Amino acid sequence: MTETRLLELSGITKRFPGVLANDDVDLDVRVGEVHALLGENGAGKSTLMKILFGLYEPDSGQVLIEGRPSGISSPADAIRAGVAMIHQHFMLVPTLTVAENVVLGLAESGWRLDTGSVAERVRDLSARYGLEVDPSALVWQLSVGERQRVEIIKALYRDCRLLILDEPTAVLTPPEVEDLFVTLRQMADDGRGLIFISHKLDEVMSLADRITVLRDGRVSGETTPGETSKEELARMMVGRPVQLVPDKPPLEIGGVRMAVEDLRVVGDRGTEAVAGLSLEIRSGEILGIAGVSGNGQRELAEAIAGLRAPAAGRVLVDGRDVTGAHPSEVRSAGLAYVPEERMRDGVVGEFTVAENVMLVDHDRAPYCRRGMLRFGTIGERARDLVARFAVKTPSLETPTRNLSGGNIQKLILARELSGSPAVLIAAQPTRGVDIGAAEYIHRRLVEEQGRGTAILVISEDLDEVMALSDRIAVIFEGRLMGIIDRSEVDVAQLGLMMAGSSNAA
Amino acid sequence: MVPLAAVLASFVIGAVILLMLGADPIEGYRALVDGAFGSPKALSHTAMKAMPLLLVGVGICIAFRASVINIGGEGQMIAGAIVSTVVVLNVGDLPPLVLVPLVFCAGALGGAIWGAIPGVLKAYSGVNEILSTIMLNIVAVQFMNFLLRDPIMDPAQKTSGRIPQTERLSANADLPILPGASRLHIGVLVALAVAVFVYVLLWRTALGYRLRAVGHSAAAARYAGMPVKRTIVAALTLSGAMCGIAGAVLVFGSESHRFVTDGSSVGFTQSAGFNGIVTALFGALHPLWTIPSSFLFGGLLVGAETMQRAVQVPKALMVGLNGLVVVFVVSSERLRRVLRERADRETNRRADHSVDDPATGAGRSTDSSVSGPLGTATP
Repeated sequence: MTETRLLELSGITKRFPGVLANDDVDLDVRVGEVHALLGENGAGKSTLMKILFGLYEPDSGQVLIEGRPSGISSPADAIRAGVAMIHQHFMLVPTLTVAENVVLGLAESGWRLDTGSVAERVRDLSARYGLEVDPSALVWQLSVGERQRVEIIKALYRDCRLLILDEPTAVLTPPEVEDLFVTLRQMADDGRGLIFISHKLDEVMSLADRITVLRDGRVSGETTPGETSKEELARMMVGRPVQLVPDKPPLEIGGVRMAVEDLRVVGDRGTEAVAGLSLEIRSGEILGIAGVSGNGQRELAEAIAGLRAPAAGRVLVDGRDVTGAHPSEVRSAGLAYVPEERMRDGVVGEFTVAENVMLVDHDRAPYCRRGMLRFGTIGERARDLVARFAVKTPSLETPTRNLSGGNIQKLILARELSGSPAVLIAAQPTRGVDIGAAEYIHRRLVEEQGRGTAILVISEDLDEVMALSDRIAVIFEGRLMGIIDRSEVDVAQLGLMMAGSSNAA
Repeated sequence: MVPLAAVLASFVIGAVILLMLGADPIEGYRALVDGAFGSPKALSHTAMKAMPLLLVGVGICIAFRASVINIGGEGQMIAGAIVSTVVVLNVGDLPPLVLVPLVFCAGALGGAIWGAIPGVLKAYSGVNEILSTIMLNIVAVQFMNFLLRDPIMDPAQKTSGRIPQTERLSANADLPILPGASRLHIGVLVALAVAVFVYVLLWRTALGYRLRAVGHSAAAARYAGMPVKRTIVAALTLSGAMCGIAGAVLVFGSESHRFVTDGSSVGFTQSAGFNGIVTALFGALHPLWTIPSSFLFGGLLVGAETMQRAVQVPKALMVGLNGLVVVFVVSSERLRRVLRERADRETNRRADHSVDDPATGAGRSTDSSVSGPLGTATP
């Protein structure tokens, strides 16, 4: 491997009022290398990238590109210097074609757009890097994976030397991830440098040439996949040993606690989001729903919880028919629900921690007597739950929106589990949550399973589904593609099913 | 701090206008303060003026806290006046001990009905409550004019004069005058009691909790199983009830003890239904802070008349200045939010980095939003 340093960040320090976001960070990317940047939320990854892009100026330290000071002080400078970034949220105009999006913002495109030659070059790039996409297609018609390819083509079209990818696999199916990795490898082999930001340890291990881990703004380790392990990486991220897969107790499965029969639900766009789906979950069992985002998971959960009226079918919670019932009736039948949009649905952000603890049973004894709230009891319960679920909060009077995502999720889980539910739906239970908190949440879910609760885990994170579930149901376009037992899981097969081929095929 | 700065800023602008009009601002403002707060008599005038502002203001607190914008205070006041008047016309010989409480209840009922209509329309048909409450103001005025010109018109006026007003209403329904030489009546105490009641309602009851939950996040309220639609109806109904009490007080606490119209709503309400919104916003939508706020705005309205006499400047200037105060308060809301967000980030960091004992500082009241007028205005 050549030792030419494409990028060198040395001694970067950036201080914001009250916090040291980057503390003497060194990072270098060599030509032809994929360099993974790993770290929890708030570890300083995005500050570092913003400094590289000229959005922030470092307090000290320097940015060198090919050995020379970069002189980047704005994103436009960065693009000129050959630095490009693929964001998690794509920066494309949906109503324009692929080719038009690719040249959007390029100065030399001039008055008249020569779509022919643009399309030609887009086709060249597609062929060379395996980025299959039709230059004349309108972006809104493309799948998420295709849109990501457009973003990459955009970067290639601008001759970028250094490409930064911010959690690029979050939106992809396993087969798409494999294709993406082939492309990225090819780009690196052509002499580019890549920074791959991720928190998925498997992917980092399989793709990266080198790995830099950030914790609390500092580099907590620089290593290569050959000389480290997932456990080691997690320890570097969190600062203590982390148990990535929870210990599952021997299964003690009881009777059916929740059943969904031939459920049909219409989604927000007016199309059928859940199209005739049937499931059963037994006491003491975790059923995981695996699938790519937007295949009916959200509508399924909302229909069960009473937040969305099903068009057809039945929902049974602990033997009671709660099809189309009001959320409060579904809850009193024994359902607890950790919602996907935790800040929108799970808590009232402006309410204090204590007020959110009683969100679902504020009008029931002992928290309420003759319509009056009893703050003594409420405070006691809040203190108890906050302590038992290790929610980090300055006080019970802190507005809940001030807590971190992980702590809000622990608070919601504490509240939902405190009623000893018969059935628990946990939708994206650890999305955007730090590894430490995720580990804790997983442990609590498995504990709850041991207590005999029937649990439905809906997650786009396949690792999470596989770590928690006793059975895995794969959902595609609102239909069940099959249910696989924990002992028979085969990632390749799961991936195919998530992409729409049924179990039998 | 911010509200006081807003008052000062608008007074500075007022001084400039006074100078442009050739009047001495210092003399003018001295007359204003003197007329509003300078003597026991001035204070009692101010209290009388503040009373309907306070009642409407706390009603507005209820609605705005539930994220329902009630611009229908005027109509709800009129509805309260109509129902209480009709009740007294029918059962006027009940003893005062029964009739006076009945007047307040009837006023609340009238306002509640007039508030419930836009509430139901919003909750069940998605009709924008800003539009429907404004429109219902107009309906209420014309209904009042119709009633006072025929069905409940003073029989004496029907034959001659034809002034649209009721007869002198039953003396048993007169609001008792408080001891002392002033004209202050029991309505002042009722208004204060209502403010305390609304405070308890919003922060100490299950219903109030639901109102605030729906106001902050209807999605979370629905998720938690709360009856969101019924809560929206409750918000406008209760809000209307408070305004309705204000309407009843204006009739039965008046010197003429009649319900009179000059054909407009201002003639009856003196715009308290709108000024109450200003009062509530200045009181940071907190019922207890609305008490001093109503006293301030009541004082400005009373003092403006003294100022008019002292420096020959139209009292409308004060109304304009009231508006400016609100503009300043509301626009400084943005500044306040920036400051608050910065403070939030600080707490966040501290929580993430240092707190090991999660329950530190816990155990006092669990009430987040009763800190004062500065931290809480989030309509």
